[in-house]
Amino acid sequence: MKIIYTDSLVIGSGLAGLRVAIASMQRGFDTIVLSLVPAKRSHSAAAQGGMQASLGATIKGDGDDEEIHFADTVKGSGWGCDQDVARMFVNTAPKAIRQLSAWGVPWSRVRRGDREVVINGEKVTITEKDEAHGFITARDFGGTKKWRTCYTSDGAGHTMLYTMDNKAIQMGIPVHERKEAIALIHEDGVCYGAVVRDLITGELIAYVAKATTIATGGYGRLYSISTNAVISEGMGTAIALETGIAALGNMEAVQFHPTAIVPVGILTTEGCRGDGGLLLDKDGYRFMPDYEPDKKELASRDVVSRRMTEHMRKGKGVPSRYGDHLWLDIRLLGRKHIDKNLREVKEICEYFLGIDPSKELIPVRPTQHYSMGGIRTKATGESPTLKGLFSAGEAACWDMHGFNRLGGNSVAETVVAGMIVGEYVADYCTENSLNISSSTVESFMKKEEKNITDLLLRGYGENPFELKAEMQKIMMDKVGIFRNGKDLEQAVEELKVLNQRAKKIALRNKISSSNPELVEAIRVPKMIKLAQCVAYGAMLRTESRGAHSREDFPERNDKEWLKRTLTTWQDKDADLPEVTYENLDIMTMEMPPASRGYGVDNTLHHPDTAKREKEIEEIKKANPGADRFELQELLNPITIPDKFKGKNERIGKGYK
Amino acid sequence: MSDQERILKFQIFRYNPQKPGDKPRMETYEITEAPGMTIFIALNDIREHQDPSLQFDFVCRAGICGSCAMVINGQPDLACRTLTSSFEKGEIKLLPLPGFELIGDLSVNTGKFMRAMSERVESWIHDKYADHVNFEQLEEKMDPDVADEIYELERCVECGCCVSACATKRMRPDFLSAVGFMRLARFAMDPRDKRTNEEFYEIMGDDDGVFGCMTLLGCEDYCPKDLPHQTQIAYLRRKMVMVN
Repeated sequence: MKIIYTDSLVIGSGLAGLRVAIASMQRGFDTIVLSLVPAKRSHSAAAQGGMQASLGATIKGDGDDEEIHFADTVKGSGWGCDQDVARMFVNTAPKAIRQLSAWGVPWSRVRRGDREVVINGEKVTITEKDEAHGFITARDFGGTKKWRTCYTSDGAGHTMLYTMDNKAIQMGIPVHERKEAIALIHEDGVCYGAVVRDLITGELIAYVAKATTIATGGYGRLYSISTNAVISEGMGTAIALETGIAALGNMEAVQFHPTAIVPVGILTTEGCRGDGGLLLDKDGYRFMPDYEPDKKELASRDVVSRRMTEHMRKGKGVPSRYGDHLWLDIRLLGRKHIDKNLREVKEICEYFLGIDPSKELIPVRPTQHYSMGGIRTKATGESPTLKGLFSAGEAACWDMHGFNRLGGNSVAETVVAGMIVGEYVADYCTENSLNISSSTVESFMKKEEKNITDLLLRGYGENPFELKAEMQKIMMDKVGIFRNGKDLEQAVEELKVLNQRAKKIALRNKISSSNPELVEAIRVPKMIKLAQCVAYGAMLRTESRGAHSREDFPERNDKEWLKRTLTTWQDKDADLPEVTYENLDIMTMEMPPASRGYGVDNTLHHPDTAKREKEIEEIKKANPGADRFELQELLNPITIPDKFKGKNERIGKGYK
Repeated sequence: MSDQERILKFQIFRYNPQKPGDKPRMETYEITEAPGMTIFIALNDIREHQDPSLQFDFVCRAGICGSCAMVINGQPDLACRTLTSSFEKGEIKLLPLPGFELIGDLSVNTGKFMRAMSERVESWIHDKYADHVNFEQLEEKMDPDVADEIYELERCVECGCCVSACATKRMRPDFLSAVGFMRLARFAMDPRDKRTNEEFYEIMGDDDGVFGCMTLLGCEDYCPKDLPHQTQIAYLRRKMVMVN
């Protein structure tokens, strides 16, 4: 039995995983990162648009600060987020971006003087301040009050990931590539690492660690059409679920991005609309202002995706052999802007559609994009139920996004969570020693070995590729943008059947080393379980909140549903997970629930909302001289690692 | 468009070094072309419906991550964004990228190579203050044009096409190759990196470095991101010649 010991094991080498690894290493702990692919190929690289941080250097971000970023984030989440975490996040985001700047990200910078931009379909001249020249600039994104999304052209994720991986290489952090964690090792409610399969040799290796961090990204590939990379199959989330102890949070919260190209589902960044691009229907008509007169194309993602779907249902979609779509028009931005700031988009249009987006319209429709749900953690990033298991980034439900994530807040989360959770991982490594018997490790290894042997020996059975395709179709057709009880009930039943069938997978290619079919056979049963968590959670949640939109329950129901879904799979033979709920306490909220400001407000309010509003008024009245930092301390005191406690400087404002 | 439907003939290199007794060979697969079909879609179709043992690498399938470079009808390119309709005869021959360790079939270990390259060129900002930067303060300013220029060179996706298209690399196994030069040029132009020309010379001032390049420029011809390899190699050479 091959065992590798380390202090801090990180599963996943995207931005979040690498940043946790860097924090562990900085604090002197032996650290190993596992990855399915070379680190620089992780899906973080595909983030085009940028990262939100309230630097406020560009004139259109003037006056921005943590309070406004906080309010945008909480509102965007449909009040479903954890406000402590959102607060930790917005306060740390400026530090994260400045650290990355020192480490090498070539963030696009403010250029002094006049420049022409497109706002609301019109060319407008804005004048950048002299003193802002050379500081990190930002662009507009959906659902934000200020221009806050910092970027490098449209390769923000790429430059961030390259810088982060380079930093990890500089520090000598080993990344064990082409390794897949297929089960977590745990005993008495404590996690001690993972059983890992080498994707080249097929060898099973036990990685035994004090702290284990899962940073494997989202579960977008549960859907047949997704913007996600093909590796975003939720495996880290699934192995946490399979412990029967760790809980997943808000799995039904799945975001659809308004503008993926048709048919292949590749993303064109929100930056297209942020920079002035418009959405048009089959008549060339700009329809968004009719639905959302205030934010128009730049309403929050869930809102725009629903409005587009509504508009297509009215017969206004452009028919195509792949179903209806709408048009994204960036022609008005001009070739020069597209060549420089939207070049990835241009390449995608040229290669996959054969069109020139500076002259032609881009066919788009809403497509699965982001998983708000994931491994439920405390604000420290640790599972509340399985000690020593941490999670960060899209894999986690740290819960700064609630039921809808703002564009630009995901890469921001990866690095900020990486910083914060990384410190708590290091604390954990300081305070705990490795205390596990080798027979426990052996029993976990044996179990996985047996599963693989069974797969290789079974003569006849189910085809894993077919099971996966069936699951993806169910999710797409019945657990999509608009949901209803009838479809969801069907989805839950159909997935149960798939779950049973997935126990009888047989292979055609019966070798235990590098074997894509075996990889699929190991993953598909896990993916089906995750799909069941999503569908079942969606069926039970009889309200609409953020990206979870029920046609049969269109109102946001704070009275009964201001709570987080927790899903566990305790009995491995059960054909459904167990679902419980965790209340969000309005009486401790810095920002009590209100309207998000889109469409008609049909929220069913919770009685505590009015109480808390009154209480906040009284606190404010009792502290007339309190500045924003003192008020935050009174309304939402948070614990944050010491090194991230300081205030953030801004031009013209100092540390105020 | 059923009148345009045609049968594609794929000839694919097959060899699994992990499988005892396996021998390198070419195998032929036929599939029906679909509109907008890419090699990514075609290979997955073959794997799912004809041969589940077929190995290849895709991650983003959008031309962004650099995983899927292979030799397509004699030319290295990203398979995910290559449309099958671009081959008039409908015959597509796929080989793994040369110059890298073969994992199996069309899958090669570019990750190992690129990590070693990054270690060799020390692909990070050299500034002893970078780790002690006070991130509460305003960041260091940077000229907006300089930031844009750095990004131009940072667009490399480490796909390996330049390495496989390099004649010098065939003759000198330790030749740094265009991907390494591009990375060095990116850091050499970055004002945050405090390395001197002498320090850069230590890394690339020999025949396995920038002086070994025979200027055949396969890198320039085959870079899927159209990076300015020729210009940067010339820039580095001039820079290195000035070091005594």
